[in-house]
Amino acid sequence: MPAAATQTTTELVAQVCGRFGHDRTRLMDMLWALQKALRGIDKATQALLAQELGTRRVVIEGMVSFYAFFTDRPTGRLAIRLCDDVIDRHAGMEEISRTLQQELGLGLEQTSADGLFSLHHTPCIGLSDQAPALLVNEVPVTRLTPERARELIRWLRRNPDPAGLAQTLVGDFAPLGDGCNADPLIHSLVENQIRLPGPVLFAEHRPFSGLQAALQQSPAQLIAELSRSGLRGRGGAGFPTGRKWDFTHRPPAERRYLICNADEGEPGTFKDRVLLTEKPDLLIEGMVIAARAIGCAEGIIYLRAEYEYLLAWLENRLAAARAAGWLGQAIGGVQGFDFDIRIQMGAGAYVCGEESALISSCEGLRGEPKNRPPFPAERGYLGCPTCVDNVETLACAARIFAEGADWFRALGTEQSSGSKLLSISGDCARPGVYEVEFGVSIAELLALVGAEQTGAVLVGGPSGQFIGADQFERRIGFEDLPTGGALLIFNQSRNLLQVVNHYLDFFIDESCGYCTPCRVGTVFMKKRMEKLVKGSAEPSDLDYLKNLGATLRASSRCGLGLTAPNPVLSTMEHFPMIYSALVKPPKDGQHAYFDIQAALEESRHLAKRRSMIYDVDYEN
Amino acid sequence: MNQTFEFTLDGRVIRAERGQSIMQAADGAGVYIPRLCDVEGLEPEGSCRVCTVKVNGRFAAACTQPAEAGAVVESETAEINHHRRMLVQMLFHEGNHLCPICEASGNCELQAMAYRLGIHQPTRFPYLQPVRPMDASHPDIMLDYNRCIRCGRCIRASADVDGKHIFDFVGRGINKQIGIDADYLAETAASLDDLTFSPGLCPVGCILRKGQGFATPIGQRRFDQEPIGSDIERKREEPA
Ligand code: SF4
Ligand code: SF4
Ligand code: SF4
Ligand code: FES
Repeated sequence: MPAAATQTTTELVAQVCGRFGHDRTRLMDMLWALQKALRGIDKATQALLAQELGTRRVVIEGMVSFYAFFTDRPTGRLAIRLCDDVIDRHAGMEEISRTLQQELGLGLEQTSADGLFSLHHTPCIGLSDQAPALLVNEVPVTRLTPERARELIRWLRRNPDPAGLAQTLVGDFAPLGDGCNADPLIHSLVENQIRLPGPVLFAEHRPFSGLQAALQQSPAQLIAELSRSGLRGRGGAGFPTGRKWDFTHRPPAERRYLICNADEGEPGTFKDRVLLTEKPDLLIEGMVIAARAIGCAEGIIYLRAEYEYLLAWLENRLAAARAAGWLGQAIGGVQGFDFDIRIQMGAGAYVCGEESALISSCEGLRGEPKNRPPFPAERGYLGCPTCVDNVETLACAARIFAEGADWFRALGTEQSSGSKLLSISGDCARPGVYEVEFGVSIAELLALVGAEQTGAVLVGGPSGQFIGADQFERRIGFEDLPTGGALLIFNQSRNLLQVVNHYLDFFIDESCGYCTPCRVGTVFMKKRMEKLVKGSAEPSDLDYLKNLGATLRASSRCGLGLTAPNPVLSTMEHFPMIYSALVKPPKDGQHAYFDIQAALEESRHLAKRRSMIYDVDYEN
Repeated sequence: MNQTFEFTLDGRVIRAERGQSIMQAADGAGVYIPRLCDVEGLEPEGSCRVCTVKVNGRFAAACTQPAEAGAVVESETAEINHHRRMLVQMLFHEGNHLCPICEASGNCELQAMAYRLGIHQPTRFPYLQPVRPMDASHPDIMLDYNRCIRCGRCIRASADVDGKHIFDFVGRGINKQIGIDADYLAETAASLDDLTFSPGLCPVGCILRKGQGFATPIGQRRFDQEPIGSDIERKREEPA
């Protein structure tokens, strides 16, 4: 390469590091800046960055190779990431993929010769209710058909300017989405599809009225009030939020942190996307209240890379809150109450939805979960007490202080107060976002969304569980069916085993690889499932899967590995017929799966001759 | 501030000090909990999960789980040993292990752990048979990644003790592997004086010292005479 090019990269790296004060904890931001400018962070750039930051190249390589959106090979100036999720597949994604490959003359993971396009598959991008969908760089394109896919590529060839893509593509290509999606700062095709606004999140709310009420109370009173409301974390695990705030508030510390988990990565979940679009002020308000209660001055919103199209909008809402005095110094006139929020972009790693992995990522490390204890409330971000709450949880908190704990408590059920936002997709007439009170049954939901001939419902996404028709009277709530918010509907024509297999692939790809059971065990489960799908399994294979699943559940280090066997185990439990139909007992002690012809094929190839015994037409 | 307290491990009373992990306390009492990624002198990592125990009925890794007063810990139960065997088998099948021709045989902790846990025959797991390179560029040291079990000991030893940070993890999921801070080991500051390259630091035969493989004949090696963990268990008989 000419010396000038190298020179430019050196300068670029220095400039990027300078922009973040050579602060190694901001490595995610630096890598993003380099990835965008260079379309790939090769070894030479990694070395330059390492040198500039006083670290090792292998550390940078560890980062680049961990996050799916970073790469050491150049991607196109327009990187097309087609969402490869089960729901998208059922909506025709495979045909879209073929069309794109044809139209671009590219295979997957390839970049065109002129460097303009590259094509990738990517896990759920949070648009299951308008699938099939893709991202062109950060710009979402929804409701694809083969014609639309072709039209898109032609349009992009005429307008290959990545910078103006969001502003020009959408208007030219199709009309804008509803609500704030039409705001110039978002300017997106994405639709909200809020089918059922409920009493908490999508109700009338005077902006920052909850915060105003909260400022009349002491931090201890705030924590008590929130605990009284019964609010539990909306991410799925359901830890009482008041207790979490209390734990973070307690340890003596110079600094504490609040992190909003906006890394909505569970396939089939997209309700936080809608909250971030329509209710960003409610989230900011909830964060300020939490900061007041916990006693922290800095907050972070960890935004998944797939939602980068919302970045300018969110920055704008933060700026507006600052201008109104709801962020910054002496908030609401309370001397000594200073708090501000920055946005941290993720880079494509499902495991970062796990709170300690998310903290690692914010610290500029590989998104690997940390060992617990210590828990983040004691030692989290940069070693300080840290509270990590989900978008919906924080938005609920703002509403609780506006309307009172008793009001919230009266909604929902005994152990699950309030409402729940559900992202509903799959085989139904009205997919979208529904705000329901806890306690609603699956049957009621199916009627609401217009689902017919439903064969199975996946509650909570692949880390949740599959249930069948005999369980549709079960209710959403921590007493019965907890969920982070995904409800995926499969009608009776869908092949559940294929779905299960697909989710195993998802977990294999998204495992951080830190611990043995999850890194290796998921692969072994998949291999045995393939045998089942081929119809060559025997009864002992079912025991094998149960056994392996039990070891993953017993020994994995974080939630990903603990829940990775769920699709297999919950279908085995609730749909035993599917499995028994495919399993044959071994005949005459012979393994049913042993395919002599397949085994011979390799030997034939090596020996360059055929078998006298097994090839009937064999002649010398 | 040496506060001591007690908990039970498989019914035996163990005395622990504040800040100790379950494994450290057990080691002190002469009770061996199987392990692969942990080794004395390095920060515990908690990645192999072979040290999984049950604490008050919940699974945890003994190497990273702090000991707690009054805790009821189970280790040598049929259920837990079953999970341990599964994990050790996974590690065998994830890499390429041919003990009979491996120069680490007899010194290898993975092999010794298999024996200790009673794994004597092929398992039902598939062989992944990865294609992994070797690095023989360094004059004294050789890396055969086929046997790496991703325990991260070399990473911690090199970064925390030797202060060189020659290794780190790269990739994720099943593709997670050891990366080095150069294209080849010969281009790093690796030296036989490093703790990282000392015998026994790498639990398997991935980090090898050249020209020494069979200096100790098979049959007289570390785990040929007694099972892995015997050194710790011996402490139990010795008077305190
Ligand atoms: S369970 Fe999976 S994701 Fe979690 S630490 Fe282990 S390997 Fe990583
Ligand atoms: S490293 Fe250990 S387990 Fe692997 S082949 Fe060598 S002796 Fe066997
Ligand atoms: S090279 Fe050896 S010490 Fe390093 S991770 Fe692999 S097995 Fe562990
Ligand atoms: S020794 Fe505890 S996890 Fe490896």
